[in-house]
Amino acid sequence: MSSIAVNSGLNRTATFYHSVVGKKVVMAVSGFVLSGFVLGHMFGNLQLFQGREKLNHYAEMLQSLGGLLWFARFVLLSAAVLHITAAFQLWRLKNEARPQAYVKKAHIATSYAARTMIWSGPIVGAFLVYHILHFTTGQALGDQFIKGDVYHNVIVGFQNPAASFFYIIANILLAIHLYHGVWSMFQSLGVNHPKYTPKLKTLAKVYGWVIGIGNVSMPLAVLVGLVK
Amino acid sequence: MKIILNIWRQQNATSAGRMVRYEVPNANEHMSFLEMLDVLNEELTRKGEDPVTFEHDCREGICGCCGFMIDGVPHGPQRGTTVCQLHMRHFHDGDELWLEPFRAKAFPVIKDLMVDRSAFDRIIASGGFISVNTGSAPDGNALPVIKKCSDMAMDAAACIGCGACVASCPNASASLFVSAKISHLGQLPQGQAERDRRASRMVLKMTDEGFGYCTNTGECEAVCPKGIKIENIARMHRDYIKASATFREETSGGGAG
Ligand code: HEM
Ligand code: SF4
Ligand code: FES
Repeated sequence: MSSIAVNSGLNRTATFYHSVVGKKVVMAVSGFVLSGFVLGHMFGNLQLFQGREKLNHYAEMLQSLGGLLWFARFVLLSAAVLHITAAFQLWRLKNEARPQAYVKKAHIATSYAARTMIWSGPIVGAFLVYHILHFTTGQALGDQFIKGDVYHNVIVGFQNPAASFFYIIANILLAIHLYHGVWSMFQSLGVNHPKYTPKLKTLAKVYGWVIGIGNVSMPLAVLVGLVK
Repeated sequence: MKIILNIWRQQNATSAGRMVRYEVPNANEHMSFLEMLDVLNEELTRKGEDPVTFEHDCREGICGCCGFMIDGVPHGPQRGTTVCQLHMRHFHDGDELWLEPFRAKAFPVIKDLMVDRSAFDRIIASGGFISVNTGSAPDGNALPVIKKCSDMAMDAAACIGCGACVASCPNASASLFVSAKISHLGQLPQGQAERDRRASRMVLKMTDEGFGYCTNTGECEAVCPKGIKIENIARMHRDYIKASATFREETSGGGAG
């Protein structure tokens, strides 16, 4: 008899996730899905600058996808749940792994973005909940919410300075999150090569800037009255 | 030159520690950092006080025994240098420095600046080896090794197991150390047979020893006295992902046939 045991699939998955490396892989894959989404989402929304018809038409097109839209929502929600669960577990682990803090600790290589992932992440998460209540389901917009008239909702929403301010802050944090996250996810998935890693780091920075500028431009444009 | 030291004094693993201020008025720039501490300890002994405990052995930067934090950086301000090879000429007269032990749950303090790093040994024992039939030595060059692989394996093998990577990491992760060991053996033909098992067991052992996770900050790579690169961490992740998908653990007591 051979002495090789084949772990069951469930066992394998549990063991994989139990390890610190497995959790990071989950973090990276879910981060990859979410990063891809935020880029597409931003480009779609930038049609705000092309006027009411264009944006509302885009929204209608998305609604007409039906089953596909629900599938995308399911994938995104799963990614968000996995990302947040792993983030929470890793955050706990971090605190356990160094119970006594240093009296003096220097950071000679760690970037600001890398150091603040655990803050930028949850704030973006809280923002996402608000964002959905604001423009998708409408509760945060109250009576002013008109189902189907996305352009109207966005303009009315962003004319409120407090709401716009939250959007701007959250998206700057998202940009910072991606500034580190987009190269970090490649490293977590095992992609590191002297030839490509510097390019991936540049990509992450560009990605962060693009998302930041693109997403901030919308509330800002409405606030200053450029788009009405 | 005069050096002012704030040193973490802690009796044992369970007692609380605190910073104590000392002055070393007669240091000179030719001393190594540890020799400067020797001078302080002689003075403390002469006064009947408890000398400062710190770990050291080779004092040549090769054994991995020494290491503590100087102003929040493991092994101090000089890159690519263990604290035993750090010379006082890199400091100035009147400098005030803070010395602390490496801090991690997996590295309990033994006394003062000395910590127990046997968690590293247990990780090595879990898979950081190759099994060979000892016997007569094999013929030289009987087993071809690709030059690139041998070079990269040797770079990873330079790790002396000092633990500075853990100490510097904001998450107290041991990823740089473990990945150096996995990369060292995993790139050589002799290491292939146990490659999956090694990655799988060492990663799980590092998790269970209570080390944190890697957030790819690059802090470890910056402080490592041996220049180990985080490229190795990516390789560890690759090996672990592959091993998780395909590795078959052996059951105990099985026989051949
Ligand atoms: C649209 C939203 C988000 C996107 C696009 C995103 C993207 C990413 C990416 C790409 C990574 C890198 C993965 C890796 O290092 O392997 C990452 C890491 C991380 N994210 Fe997010 N994330 C988002 C929301 C969140 C939320 C809501 C939280 C917290 C609850 C969070 C917490 C974290 C943490 C703690 C890390 C790990 C940091 C590290 O290992 O360096 N993220 N995220
Ligand atoms: S990887 Fe570098 S810092 Fe970490 S134990 Fe090895 S030699 Fe020390
Ligand atoms: S005492 Fe051996 S490396 Fe410093």
